[in-house]
Amino acid sequence: MNFYAIKAIYKFEMARTMRTLMQSIASPVLSTSLYFVVFGAAIGSRMGDIDGVSYGAFIIPGLVMLALLSESISNASFGIFFPKFSGTIYEVLSAPISYVEVVLGYVGAAASKSIVLGLLILITARFFVDYEIVHPFWMVGFLVLTAVTFSLFGFIIGIWADNFQKLQVIPLMVVTPLTFLGGSFYSISMLPPIWQKITLFNPVVYLISGFRWSFYGVADVDVGVSVGMTLVFMILCLTGIWWIFKTGYRLRQ
Amino acid sequence: MQPIISIKNLNKVYSSGFKALNNINLDINRGEIFALLGPNGAGKTTLIGSICGIVNPTDGEILADGHNISTDFRKAREKIGLVPQELTTEAFESVKATVTFSRGLFGKPADPAYIEKILRQLSLWDKRDSKMMALSGGMKRRVMIAKALSHEPQILFLDEPTAGVDVELRRDMWDMVRGLRDNGATIILTTHYIEEAEEMADRIGVINKGEIILVEEKSELMHKLGKRQLTLHLQCPVQSIPEELKHLPLELIDDGNELIYTFDAQSEHTGIAELLKQLSQHGIDFKDLNSTQNSLEDIFVNLVKEQS
Repeated sequence: MNFYAIKAIYKFEMARTMRTLMQSIASPVLSTSLYFVVFGAAIGSRMGDIDGVSYGAFIIPGLVMLALLSESISNASFGIFFPKFSGTIYEVLSAPISYVEVVLGYVGAAASKSIVLGLLILITARFFVDYEIVHPFWMVGFLVLTAVTFSLFGFIIGIWADNFQKLQVIPLMVVTPLTFLGGSFYSISMLPPIWQKITLFNPVVYLISGFRWSFYGVADVDVGVSVGMTLVFMILCLTGIWWIFKTGYRLRQ
Repeated sequence: MQPIISIKNLNKVYSSGFKALNNINLDINRGEIFALLGPNGAGKTTLIGSICGIVNPTDGEILADGHNISTDFRKAREKIGLVPQELTTEAFESVKATVTFSRGLFGKPADPAYIEKILRQLSLWDKRDSKMMALSGGMKRRVMIAKALSHEPQILFLDEPTAGVDVELRRDMWDMVRGLRDNGATIILTTHYIEEAEEMADRIGVINKGEIILVEEKSELMHKLGKRQLTLHLQCPVQSIPEELKHLPLELIDDGNELIYTFDAQSEHTGIAELLKQLSQHGIDFKDLNSTQNSLEDIFVNLVKEQS
């Protein structure tokens, strides 16, 4: 294992975050905080509890998940896309480094950034809304699992994308709608029965449900199913990455 | 001695069907400067990319210092440094950070003293904290070389190293490359500047349409293929070559003021004495003469033309 290479990529990516703190950390924390102010403190105070949880507290797991998904994808996709775009990818391709090590470096850094961001959002939320974490171990587990899984997904998008539009299209046109419709702001039991069935095809439902369970012990779907679905998605992403490096898809000519 | 790079039956066919490399067989000797010449699109960069791991070869075998680049890629790649043709750099990184990154990427522990040594050798130490985007093209080129040298490779590929570089810096780079060779590195360079190959290379390879059409010691190549020319600056211009001399390889240029005689320098009988005698008999006097040998550029152009 080329640990020096993993460390070099990881440090390089983290250094990029430090150079762009406003964009990487401050901006998502601020925009998520606005949700807490509007939906939690302002509108939330006029809404009833859901499953015994105040509305302001109810939306916290979903909002953290929203930021976590979009930032994991964005960090990882940009991390690998930019060397491709600038041409510096030649160095990674010609280095004595396996694809496992490349993924550990880029995805590890992207997931680390997202986890830090998720924790910062949770801390910030405390200033606006009271919440509890019933299963802290599971909360961290879901946070890490989701960050890693969606960083892997972002890595695939970064390889696939050959322009900036493609880099943005899946996070904006697919992931954000799925997150909004995945129960970030409501329990799926509030939907009409037919939509309750349809919404189960949305993978984000399982992430948010599981994550919310770790906070309040209530969930739309069984927590075991949530973990299972996340793992299935992770395995799909790992398979995709394995195929990319095996064939050299959009990396090696 | 075992070659440091050994290429056998290498082929590369792109997905478009374009055959970029056609059955390449090539050995690079340890410690030499090997210049790979070829016109645009000849396959130089594809060949280098195949050796360095950037291009997936279709078939064939490449060994770097005895290590197969596919099955033993870690050992093979840690021996190799690459300076690509394009100035591809991370614009917002500092010089020192990007060179340090390269060393780590190639599996070497951090060594600030060594990084400082390289940066000083390449006159980059004063710019160590400068952002890449703030550097001139020549300075960026030096950084690319520093990155390639950061992991102490035994083999250095320089793909068009002096493209777009001013004359002074080009001379500096030539000196630096010779210095690297003197320290034991093997250098493989591609270049459009034939003068560069003529100045630096120990051996020359010519690639055209994906095929290696010649590999030869530079001195031997120029000796074998280099024709000599005798130029006579005539006392008075002549209208045409006399009928009796038309069987000789003569050419009139400069409105009949100069007569060029091409001959084989290797031949025992160059025919010069006979030519001068006959010219005298025809009343063609000359005021000066000089002889020149074909440059590498002439040789290269002729070789490529012949293959076409």
